[in-house]
Amino acid sequence: MTNPLPSRTYPVTRADLVAYAAASGDPNPIHQDPEVARSVGLPDVIAHGMFTLALAARYVDEQVGGPGRIEEIGAKFTHPVVVPESGTSVEIEGTWRDERTLSLTVTCAGEKVLGNPVVVLRG
Amino acid sequence: MVDSTLSGRSFPATAPFEVTDEHVASFAAATGTPYQPGDPAPATYPIVIAFAAMQQLMSDPTVGIELHHVVHGQQRFTYERPVRVGDRLVAELTVTSLRQLAGTDIIATSSRITDEHGELVCVASATLVHKES
Repeated sequence: MTNPLPSRTYPVTRADLVAYAAASGDPNPIHQDPEVARSVGLPDVIAHGMFTLALAARYVDEQVGGPGRIEEIGAKFTHPVVVPESGTSVEIEGTWRDERTLSLTVTCAGEKVLGNPVVVLRG
Repeated sequence: MVDSTLSGRSFPATAPFEVTDEHVASFAAATGTPYQPGDPAPATYPIVIAFAAMQQLMSDPTVGIELHHVVHGQQRFTYERPVRVGDRLVAELTVTSLRQLAGTDIIATSSRITDEHGELVCVASATLVHKES
């Protein structure tokens, strides 16, 4: 098997966050409104941690040939993905620890945004 | 600070949530995740149901959480089987641990997500970090 897996870069826009907020039912304005985000000390709108974890799941689906193979997925939300008006991007690369376990590296603007993101596939 | 006896407390099951093709498609589309009708839902989809359970915890006046001071610290999903369109899911949240230090409450939760037959579909574990104002 290829190790590490190829890295992929995913653009992230504010429109994506609006769509994610509606679909996930999390209307927290720090993910949509720059003024509210700044009022709580953030540099700008940030992505939902769960948005970034969903991108990680997308990466794994793409690498392993389709959905429904993930038995376990988890991470710490260690650093925000800041999304300015012009958008940003998230880069993801996976490394096999064993035949079912993938460690991911998830970065935005050169910084790791997820802590210990690990995915276990069904046996 | 939140109620120091919170650890071990369980909350009632959320209202049944029916998984529809339209909703799974919109959830997948928001992150550009490929999805075709008939596919299992994306692996983080059950956050929709788990979030409803977390809202119950966060809005309970006896718990003492201030909504605007909560940050999502950690999330994990452990599956028995993938979520599929047509499932009717409920979540039952239990607070598995509470650590209180220096004005911060670290609340670990575990939500059992079960289907209309009462069978376990997945466990969604979330850590919520609550800071004093």
